Amino acid sequence: MSAVGGNPVAGALAHAGRLFALGATTVRDTFRRPFQVRELIEQFWFLASVTILPAALVSIPFGAVISLQVGSLAQQLGAQSFTGGASVLAVIQQASPLIVALLIAGAGGSAICADLGSRKIREELDAMEVMGVSPVQRLVVPRVLAATAVAVLLNGLVSVVGTLGGYFFNVLLQHGTPGAYLSSFSALAQLPDLYISEFKALVFGFIAGLVAAYRGLNPRGGPKGVGDAVNQAVVITFLLLFLVNVVLTAVYLRIVPQKGA
Amino acid sequence: MGIEVTVEGLTKSFGPQTVWQDVTLTLPPGEVTVMLGPSGTGKTVFLKSVIGLLKPEQGRVLVDGVDMVNSPEREIYRARRLFGLMFQDGALFGSLNLYDNIAFPLREHTRKKESEIRRTVMERMEMVGLVGSEAKLPGEISGGMRKRAGLARALVLDPQIVLCDEPDSGLDPVRTSYLSQLLIDLNAQIDATMLIVTHNLDIAATVPDNIGMLFRRELVAFGPREDLLASRIPVVRQFLSGRRAGPIGMSEEKDEAALALERADRPGPETDRPRPVPAQLEPSPGLPARRAVERRRARQHGLQPGGAA
Repeated sequence: MSAVGGNPVAGALAHAGRLFALGATTVRDTFRRPFQVRELIEQFWFLASVTILPAALVSIPFGAVISLQVGSLAQQLGAQSFTGGASVLAVIQQASPLIVALLIAGAGGSAICADLGSRKIREELDAMEVMGVSPVQRLVVPRVLAATAVAVLLNGLVSVVGTLGGYFFNVLLQHGTPGAYLSSFSALAQLPDLYISEFKALVFGFIAGLVAAYRGLNPRGGPKGVGDAVNQAVVITFLLLFLVNVVLTAVYLRIVPQKGA
Repeated sequence: MGIEVTVEGLTKSFGPQTVWQDVTLTLPPGEVTVMLGPSGTGKTVFLKSVIGLLKPEQGRVLVDGVDMVNSPEREIYRARRLFGLMFQDGALFGSLNLYDNIAFPLREHTRKKESEIRRTVMERMEMVGLVGSEAKLPGEISGGMRKRAGLARALVLDPQIVLCDEPDSGLDPVRTSYLSQLLIDLNAQIDATMLIVTHNLDIAATVPDNIGMLFRRELVAFGPREDLLASRIPVVRQFLSGRRAGPIGMSEEKDEAALALERADRPGPETDRPRPVPAQLEPSPGLPARRAVERRRARQHGLQPGGAA
């Protein structure tokens, strides 16, 4: 893409606009035939294979840390019996979707961005367009859908592993009782917490895939541009994730009444 | 028969920098046209604008009733199926082998059976001399082979307009002559309109029916091969003779001072005459005559196509 003027604000707005346009095109082309089943499965498999193990390995200590931290705070406040519920809510609602999204962006998104970027500079994408095949429909849609689907499924895994990690640390290291942990869990947690967690994972996965594709489709100048694009894709995704997380959390807390409140 | 391509008042710029402006020309149906120009004058940009990959700010490119600049994306995609574009370094898909690369457009746009696809693909591979390399990946072959594979892929859907981006770059002189002959043979066989972007003088002298030249952000000349080869326009003469003396400098153009110095440096009248116009390449024996030649003669004599010439 040609550089947008000298004005950085205008440039940022133009990029935001194009990112939205790509998002809209991606959603529209999802329903356009022929759907790229094979590419979707390949991308799904690739994303899952690079994220499952790190996600599990990250979520155990993460659940433990939250458990320890919340546990010691709750102990000071004399509310030790609520440790279970609080740490689980933190893991399921906040930590799990973010861990998933960071891994999707870091391990999968960077690969997607590098792949599309190198195809772009080798003129493969131009060749595709010339042959009347839309690169968005052919390449971007399967990648974004794969990122979204893997994020949703991985979120389930991370929630479970993180919760189990928290449980074991609370019970084994902090000498909490299993009964108190479980009863506070069911006293505070409710099903919508899981729904919002999965919804967040869905949105984050979509954003991670989309930003990676967007930066990959528009590298600036040669192979070094592809490296820069990968770098930027990961950073931009992180920024967007945390911003969107604040909005989603605020809206969720507003519209869904919290249990026991 | 090939399709006419009409370019009207095309202007393209990147930011504040104009690449070329107000380019107007017509590629007559079935004829071969070469677009010349020093490096960096936007020849490739012109090619990509014709096929709608780049969007010029002004003007239009009419192909079969579709404006490749301003028409809706859907129509442009449809019109692109009339085109075959040979990219500068092939632009093959790195993850597919040569056979799958060349079969790609067929699998994408036709419902042919795999056996028919095989026949078409092998035919095209034979045409460009790549038989035996079907299973190789683009990363494993030379640049010249990649180019020929790119040409085979561009031809597989029987395009009515063939665009070639520097078909000679990276090829040795012998292979370049073979490629020139291949392009002419191709034109005789499928009667497609062809636009070749190059700065190879041999191709320019022997292949095309028409020559155009881009320089200083303008189309400085466009016309029949014979006229251009004998042209007295300084830029065209300098380019075709490959001399240093003239308006083209090392960076895109010379300034007035450098030109004045050059004139002072060379007191005598210009003695170098345009080279004699070489004959145009004929299709290989056994192939049909190029129908464009007939149409062209008819056009020049104001006769109807098909009449006695």
